[in-house]
Amino acid sequence: MTQALLTPADAGTTFAADAPGTLFRFATAGSVDDGKSTLVGRLLHDSKAILADQLESVTRTSTERGFGGADGGIDFALLTDGLRAEREQGITIDVAYRYFATARRSFILADCPGHVQYTRNMVTGATTADAVIMLIDARKGVLEQTRRHLSVVSLLRVPHVIIAVNKIDLLGYDESAFAAVAASVRAVTSELGLGAVHVLPVSALVGDNVVDRSPRTPWYDGPSLLELLESLPVVDEVETAIEAFRLPVQLVLRPQGAVAVALEDADAFRDYRAYAGQVASGTVRVGDSVSVAPGGATTIVTGIDFAGTELTEAFAPMSVALRLADDIDIARGAVIGAAGTLPESTRDLTAALFWLDPRALTPGDRTLVKFGTNTVQAIVSTVTGRLNLDTLELEPAGGLEVNDIGEVGLRLAAPLPVETFTENRRSGAFLVINAQDGATLAAGIVTGSGAR
Amino acid sequence: MRAPRVNAVTTAIATESSVQAAGSHRLSQLDVLESEAIHIIREVVAEFERPVLLFSGGKDSVVVLHLAAKAFWPGKVPFGLLHVDTGHNFPEVLAFRDATVARLGLRLTVAKVQDYIDDGRLRERADGTRNPLQTLPLLDGIAAGRHDAVFGGARRDEDKARAKERILSLRDEFGQWDPRNQRPELWNLYNGRHTVGQHVRAFPISNWTEYNVWRYIEREGIELPPLYYAHEREVFRRDGMWRAIGPVSEPRPGEAVETRTVRYRTVGDMSCTGAVDSDAASVSAVVREVALSTITERGATRADDRISEAAMEDRKKDGYF
Repeated sequence: MTQALLTPADAGTTFAADAPGTLFRFATAGSVDDGKSTLVGRLLHDSKAILADQLESVTRTSTERGFGGADGGIDFALLTDGLRAEREQGITIDVAYRYFATARRSFILADCPGHVQYTRNMVTGATTADAVIMLIDARKGVLEQTRRHLSVVSLLRVPHVIIAVNKIDLLGYDESAFAAVAASVRAVTSELGLGAVHVLPVSALVGDNVVDRSPRTPWYDGPSLLELLESLPVVDEVETAIEAFRLPVQLVLRPQGAVAVALEDADAFRDYRAYAGQVASGTVRVGDSVSVAPGGATTIVTGIDFAGTELTEAFAPMSVALRLADDIDIARGAVIGAAGTLPESTRDLTAALFWLDPRALTPGDRTLVKFGTNTVQAIVSTVTGRLNLDTLELEPAGGLEVNDIGEVGLRLAAPLPVETFTENRRSGAFLVINAQDGATLAAGIVTGSGAR
Repeated sequence: MRAPRVNAVTTAIATESSVQAAGSHRLSQLDVLESEAIHIIREVVAEFERPVLLFSGGKDSVVVLHLAAKAFWPGKVPFGLLHVDTGHNFPEVLAFRDATVARLGLRLTVAKVQDYIDDGRLRERADGTRNPLQTLPLLDGIAAGRHDAVFGGARRDEDKARAKERILSLRDEFGQWDPRNQRPELWNLYNGRHTVGQHVRAFPISNWTEYNVWRYIEREGIELPPLYYAHEREVFRRDGMWRAIGPVSEPRPGEAVETRTVRYRTVGDMSCTGAVDSDAASVSAVVREVALSTITERGATRADDRISEAAMEDRKKDGYF
C-alpha cells in the first residue's frame, strides 16, 4: 500500500464562499429582442460576477457605440455576445456558457439565442438544465416562439420553469398588464401540462426583481429571480431518490500489466476488472444485486471504486467503476441496473424527435442512434406526425424539417433496453446521428417501446 | 466509506473526502465537475483511436492529467502527451513538465516553434509574441501522431469565444473551428463521429472556473510549477503587467527593473505572460486570492488577448486550441 507522498500543510482548508457548494444549471430562452442577453448581463452584474476588466471593456464598447445616449450606460448584451458576428449584428448566435456564484450556490448559465433558426441551441441548453428562464416581452405577450420553447421545455422535462415577464418598466409597472400576460402564459403552460411554473415581473434593463425585490412592483410579493435560482432543488438530487439504478458501461478497466506507476503493488491489480461509467440514475451499494443488459445475467456488486478510494455507495451523477462477483461478458454499451428493473430489450420504439438539421427527415431514412454508451443503426420506419405549435396537437406529416418536433417509429439494428423518457430521463434520451458525416440530426426521447 | 486504498494519481492523496459521505445524496460542485470531466475523458478514450493530451505543465493541463489518471485507475493513462513549445516557456515549467511525465511513465512529444522559425516555415512576429505561431506546429503534431482526438484544458470562463465552444469541438483538416456550425450538445451524450481528416478537440474542464480549478488543486494536493505561488522576481512594468526578465523579455529603455513579490496566474509564453503582485505563497492563500480577485485571469496576465476584442476567436478559427 502506498501512502500519501505529500500533504500540503494547509490542505483541506475550506473557503466560506465554497461552503454549500451545490451546482445549479439553468438556461435562458425567449424570442428575439425579449432582452435575454440584457437579463443575463444584469444578473451577472448585480450578483457581482463581472470582474473589473470585463466591465471596463464592455463599458468602453458601449460608449463607443453610443449606447444609452449621452449620459452613457452599459449594453449588458456585450458581456455574452462573444463572437465577432454577434457583436457586429447585435444578435446572439450560439449558446454562451457563463459561470457565477453567490454565497448560497454556484451557477452554470446557458444563454440561448431566440431566433427560430437557432431553436437547436435552445434544445441544447434545455437538456442539461435544472431550470429554464423563459423571457416574455410584457408588451408583446405570448408569441409563437414562446409556445415553441415552452413545448420544448415541457417535452424535455425541464424540472423548473421560470417565466420572466420582462420590460415591465415600459408598462409603468402596471399590475393589470402583468396579470394579463401571466394569465395567457399560464393558459399555455397548463395546456402543456407543465406543473409548478414561476411567473415574475422583471426589468432586465433597470434591474427590478432580478437580484433584489423591486419597490416599484409592490403588488408582487414573490421572490426575485436570483432568490428563486438559489432555492430550487437540483434535478439529480430529486430524482436519485426515486429512480432505479442505471449505469451505462463506458469501458472495462482491465489494466493487466499496465498499472499506474504510482502503484507499488502492481501484482495485486493483475486480475483487476471493473466496469467504468457514470451513474445515470438511482443509487447502487456494495452487496446490491444487479442485472446486466444485454444478456439479462444477474450478479452482486462486490466493490465500487473511485480512483483508489473504495466507496460503499454511488449515485447519479458520479463517475465510478463497479466490481462484480461473477465473470459476465460485459463490454461498452452494456447497461448495469438494479436487479429486475431493466426493461426487456427491444428493436422497435416510438420517439419524439427535435429535428435540428437543415436536411429533412423522410420515412425510410437510415441513421445512427446513440443511447447512453451504445450507438446502433436505425431505420425511421414511420413518421407519425408533427406537433402543431398553435394547437399543440400532432398533425399528419410526410417528414420532419428543421425545428420541427415530431413523432416517429424507429427500428433498431440491435435490441436495446430502452425506457420511456417519462420513466427515466437518461435511459429514454438519445441522439440521432448522420452515419455519413457524423452530424447530430436530432434530439430524441422515447415515448413507447416494443413492436406495435 | 473506507480510507483511500492507494495513492491514486499524479501526486498526493486526496486530502479531504473527494466523494460525499454515505447517506447524503448531494454532491459538492467539485464532485459534480470531477465526475463530469471523468465521464468525458472516458467517452473520448472509448470512441476514438488515438487521443492525445495537450500538456504544457500549466495548471489546467495538470488538472486534466490528474483527472485522466483517476478515470483509468488502476491502469495507466491510456494516451500520450503533446506539447507545443514556443521556445519562450518558463524553464521551471518545462522542468516540471518533464518531471511529471517521467514520474507517471507517460510518453511526451514536443513540437517546437523554434524549429519552424529556424527553417523558415514560420517567421517571428514584430511584437515578439509566439502564441499565434503555435497553430502550425500543433496541427503538424496532430497529423504526425494521427490523433483523432486532442484533449485540452481550456475553460469556458477564460474568454468570450471559448464560452461558446462545445465540450467536443469538431475541427476540419485545417484545425478550424466554425462557431456558426457547431453540433448541438445534448444531455451528456457526446457525439464523437468524424470523417477522415477531421479531428475533435475535447475540453473536459469546460465548465470549471479558475476558482474551481484552484479549489480542486487544493483538495487533491496537486503539485504545480513553483511560479504559481508568490516568489521574488526581477520584473519591469509593461502594458500594465509585471514582466519577468529573461532572454525574450528584456526591459526597454525607460522600463525600470525592480524586485517584487509576484506570482503567475497563467504560465504561457514568457514574452506575453505577465505576473501579478501577490503574497499568496500557499495553495490556500491562492484560493483565497482568486476568490477575491476583481480581474479575470487572462485580462490580468495575457498581452496577446488584448490585441482585439476577438483575438481568441480569430486564433481558434485558424486552428488554435
